[in-house]
Amino acid sequence: MSVRTLPLLFLNLGGEMLYILDQRLRAQNVPTDKARKVMNDLISTMFNKKFLEELFKPQELYSKKALRTVYDRLAHASIMRLNPASMDKLFDLMTMAFKYQVLLCPRPKDILLITFNHLDAIKNFVRDSPDIMNQVDETFRHIIEVYGCLPAGEFQLIRQTLLLFFQDMHIRVSIFLKDKVQNSNGRFVLPISGPVPWGTKVPGLIRMFNNKGEEVKRMEFKHGGQYVRAESEGSFELSGDRVLTLGTNMYSASRPVETRVSGALKNSSLNTKDNIAARTLAKEELNFLARLMGGMEIKKTSGPEPGFRLNLFTTDEEEEHAALTRPEELSYQVINIQAAQDQQRNEELTRIMGEFEIHDQPQQSTSKGGYSNRKLMPGGKEQSTAFPHLLPFPKPQIVHTHTKSLHGKDSDL
Amino acid sequence: MRGPTSRARRGAAAGGTAGRTSRTSAPDRSMYRRERPVPMRSCPAALYNNLSVLPLPAPGLTQFALVHGPTAQLLSAAPDGLPVSQRQLHTKDGAGPGFPLITQAYWCVLPFRVLLVLTSQRGIQIYESDGSVMVYWHALDSTDASPVQALFARGIAASGHYICVGTWSGRVLVFDVPAKGPNIVLSEELDVHQAPITDIAAEPAQGQDCVADVVTADDSGLLCVWKSGPEFKLLTRISGFGTPCPSVQLWQGSVAAGYGDGQIRIYEASSGALHVQINAHARGICALDLAPEAGKLLSGAEDSFVHIWKLSRNPHSGCIEVEHCHAECVTDTQVCGARFCDLRGSSFAVTGYDLAEILRYSCV
Repeated sequence: MSVRTLPLLFLNLGGEMLYILDQRLRAQNVPTDKARKVMNDLISTMFNKKFLEELFKPQELYSKKALRTVYDRLAHASIMRLNPASMDKLFDLMTMAFKYQVLLCPRPKDILLITFNHLDAIKNFVRDSPDIMNQVDETFRHIIEVYGCLPAGEFQLIRQTLLLFFQDMHIRVSIFLKDKVQNSNGRFVLPISGPVPWGTKVPGLIRMFNNKGEEVKRMEFKHGGQYVRAESEGSFELSGDRVLTLGTNMYSASRPVETRVSGALKNSSLNTKDNIAARTLAKEELNFLARLMGGMEIKKTSGPEPGFRLNLFTTDEEEEHAALTRPEELSYQVINIQAAQDQQRNEELTRIMGEFEIHDQPQQSTSKGGYSNRKLMPGGKEQSTAFPHLLPFPKPQIVHTHTKSLHGKDSDL
Repeated sequence: MRGPTSRARRGAAAGGTAGRTSRTSAPDRSMYRRERPVPMRSCPAALYNNLSVLPLPAPGLTQFALVHGPTAQLLSAAPDGLPVSQRQLHTKDGAGPGFPLITQAYWCVLPFRVLLVLTSQRGIQIYESDGSVMVYWHALDSTDASPVQALFARGIAASGHYICVGTWSGRVLVFDVPAKGPNIVLSEELDVHQAPITDIAAEPAQGQDCVADVVTADDSGLLCVWKSGPEFKLLTRISGFGTPCPSVQLWQGSVAAGYGDGQIRIYEASSGALHVQINAHARGICALDLAPEAGKLLSGAEDSFVHIWKLSRNPHSGCIEVEHCHAECVTDTQVCGARFCDLRGSSFAVTGYDLAEILRYSCV
């Protein structure tokens, strides 16, 4: 639907990711300097100029799986490592938090305020690093420039596109259950009291006019909710009072975070066919990933700084247990990118992949020429068997032009 | 018949029990009660007017159509809510990334036939009413589209033997439909709206000359009132001052429009004069429907409420007047579709984002 959705989705999910990681870094007593390095590395990767240029190009949203791959890479942009089970949990928490914010967003346009809340908090994370701060501010200005003048209808389209992305996700999150903003069935509570959105009148009044436009009758009716007038509108400027609290950090220090994720109760396996379809990445999505990640510059971390592993669970046992018990339908099956052997072709790809972790060894090997791109063709048998352990990755140089060009270049890949 | 469990759930959802009386309005005047819902395999997407209802000739059977991302689901249900048959329709695939998404599904009741129209990011698909055969396909023309605009068709209505479909550019396509067969032709393009079309409504003309029988609405809130025919004639333009108008209805020469700020406004179609303004909902309205025989208006919004209003014409002034009849809270559900199930408005159905059932209500 709206081709303006991806930047907002990425930045808000990224903001939620940083909130959670920040909290876990503190909970796991990671030394301050190390924790700060991780946050700085992640944020400067997220706000990399080239990466954001790709992100802001008008494009359709891609699958959760494709996006999950981007965050997997982002989370590993520093000296910190996450096990797949922790990564799954991180992604669950991020997506459910932003789903909640989009769902409760008073007006469609207020998606921007939610984004600004995330960006404000991110700026606070890097307040001691002026260079990174400038990167964030530049993105901030770009968002105001691009989105500031969009009509209300476009924001509604963006919101509908986001809700479509989050559809059928009913993962229960303990912090939401505890706050009573989520029901035990995974659905969020919609308040029917409190302030109405800015510009909306409190419901309950019928006014009637005659042919001359004079008010001739006024009637009240019982609406059923208990709403009050909105006091003020949040600031859409570079800084200011956003009024809206959606998108602010809910894992603050005073609230010990308990990031337990419960699986969906029911329903989630209903669309088995859709799930299977969603598990196979379309070729366009691979192009998208290559484009985005081509812009994501990962700093070499092979310096003297020793790495560490972050656990999203309280104990290692819990993490292991989560890995074993995760319901099949919630499995994102992250794409593990494996380079083919053609050295010349893959130099760029290898650079892009950087330290991307490869969990599985190739299941099957092909002739010396590496993977034939035919295996990417939809419906190809190899695709379903080889996937998800192994996927050839298109060359970024080709991909940079336009999705259509890849269709035409199938044979020479 | 309704089972005890569904009755208990109904009580909780309507707010009649469990100390949530604040959620019902005027319980003494409640005329509708919740029936057993129709279960679905997938949840409706958060779109405008995401429910279409077609009463079937077989006694008590009702057919529902709604959209879930790249698929549209048709299902017919017996009076007890049990689904009798289901069918899934997909978008006709074209070039480009991802799955093309469907934006609306709607049954067009024409004088000699009933057709199901699907609009999507690719174009317009017209099927026989049961979805078995696609009789017509119209691809959207993307030549004058800028890359920042999402292409889609949205807003469907039938007036006489014409089917009107709105598009992303604001253009309304008018198709001339023969009494039978697939020879549907694009007869006219109405080029007045500058913003994406949201919804179109029509009502049978009363026979006089120059009676407004089609109204088109768009994302900027602009309403255009038309007289349909071999050449559509623009009668009135009514500005919405930038607030989108997701849903619109036409009744006895009056336009009822539901807006993104929760207001319902009722205008005289011929003059554009505002007669009624209702602060109806706390969030954007997503669906309006009209029961023409009773003059009842149904509104559903993202605030999780559904309201029923009674429209009447003041015998002295001739102006339209409105009375509130019924409020229903669909707890924790952002309503995305709401339709009456009969012409008298004695029953209605509601869909909500992420809710895997069609809720049904009927007059006590």
